Amino acid sequence: MHEYSLIQSLVTRVEQEAVARRATAIHRLVVSIGELSGVDPELFQTAYDTFRSGTLCDRTPLELRQVAARWACPSCGREIPKGEVLTCARCELPARIAAGGDEILLETIEMEVP
Amino acid sequence: MCTTCGCGDPKLVPVDVHEKILAGNDRQAQHNREHFVEQGVLALNLMGSPGAGKTALLEATSRATERRWRLGAVSGDLATDNDARRLEAAGIPSRPITTGQGCHLDADLVHHALHGFPWTELDVFFIENVGNLVCPAIYDLGQAANVVALSVTEGEDKPLKYPVMFKAADLVVLTKCDLLPHLDVKVDRILDGLRRVMPKPNAIQVSARTGQGMAEWTGWLEERKARVPKRAAGAPAAHTHEHDHDHSRDHDHSHAHDHEHDHEHRHADGTVHRHGHAHGRDH
Repeated sequence: MHEYSLIQSLVTRVEQEAVARRATAIHRLVVSIGELSGVDPELFQTAYDTFRSGTLCDRTPLELRQVAARWACPSCGREIPKGEVLTCARCELPARIAAGGDEILLETIEMEVP
Repeated sequence: MCTTCGCGDPKLVPVDVHEKILAGNDRQAQHNREHFVEQGVLALNLMGSPGAGKTALLEATSRATERRWRLGAVSGDLATDNDARRLEAAGIPSRPITTGQGCHLDADLVHHALHGFPWTELDVFFIENVGNLVCPAIYDLGQAANVVALSVTEGEDKPLKYPVMFKAADLVVLTKCDLLPHLDVKVDRILDGLRRVMPKPNAIQVSARTGQGMAEWTGWLEERKARVPKRAAGAPAAHTHEHDHDHSRDHDHSHAHDHEHDHEHRHADGTVHRHGHAHGRDH
């Protein structure tokens, strides 16, 4: 259940930003979750709904953007379809994953400032 | 949301952060990594399912290297210190990290475990993670490499079922290979699965009981050890980099410290003081 520890990090980071900018309210959070980030979006949402009460995010909706894992050859750029061997058949190089496919990122905080 | 007439209405601003949610853990991991590199210690994060044979692999490593190397370990476990005691009995100085309900180790837990543990004397420092094929993969601990133990009894499709873990692996050690004659498991199918989730597939087959494959495993360790710059003889054990980190998770301060635990604290009011002490997590 590492989703809870991730939510704790997320809320702490948002609160830091809100305090630094003297925000009076936080209206929306946008988080992107890569397919290979090791995070289940539904569990993440549930953990957020549980954990946010009593924090500055108490009434803040969380928008999750799911990012597909896309692998491609770093040399010729050929995309490697899901489930295939992660080596470029032509260049014999290990495939590289596109940005975001294995990350959990806090993208945007929409806040109300005086 | 008036922004023009100066009436003082609040306004909505979107703040683009685009930052990893685990950025705090990554910073602590980088700090741990600097420690390990400065001391010339090869740090490895050993992961795998409960019962995959992580502890047995380390016990066998101690036998195979005939104590030529100084090995040490921290072992993450939910409730007992059994693994740490087994490793001690095998000649590997060890310390338990009991995580309670925590399903993984994070960089902060590892950093705390280093305090008071003679890790700077080691050649290879194993961080034996909590048995789990999911969560540990996403937490950087400051290791030089990730090793995933996968026992052949776990089934052929484990790599495809847990791609995040195997994608993070620098080496997969297939354990309990002495059992293969008694199983319907085909090693080739496991290796094929690994090629579909690991961009640089690398696996070796071992048995801690018979010693099969242990030479290949210690050869891999040797090769990784050679990549770690050795601390020059007579170089001070204290490290030189400055860093900010949080020792308690609830009390933010920045300080510089060395291995004698001399701390320089910078408080919120700007005052600084130095003192020497050993400290735990309540600091």
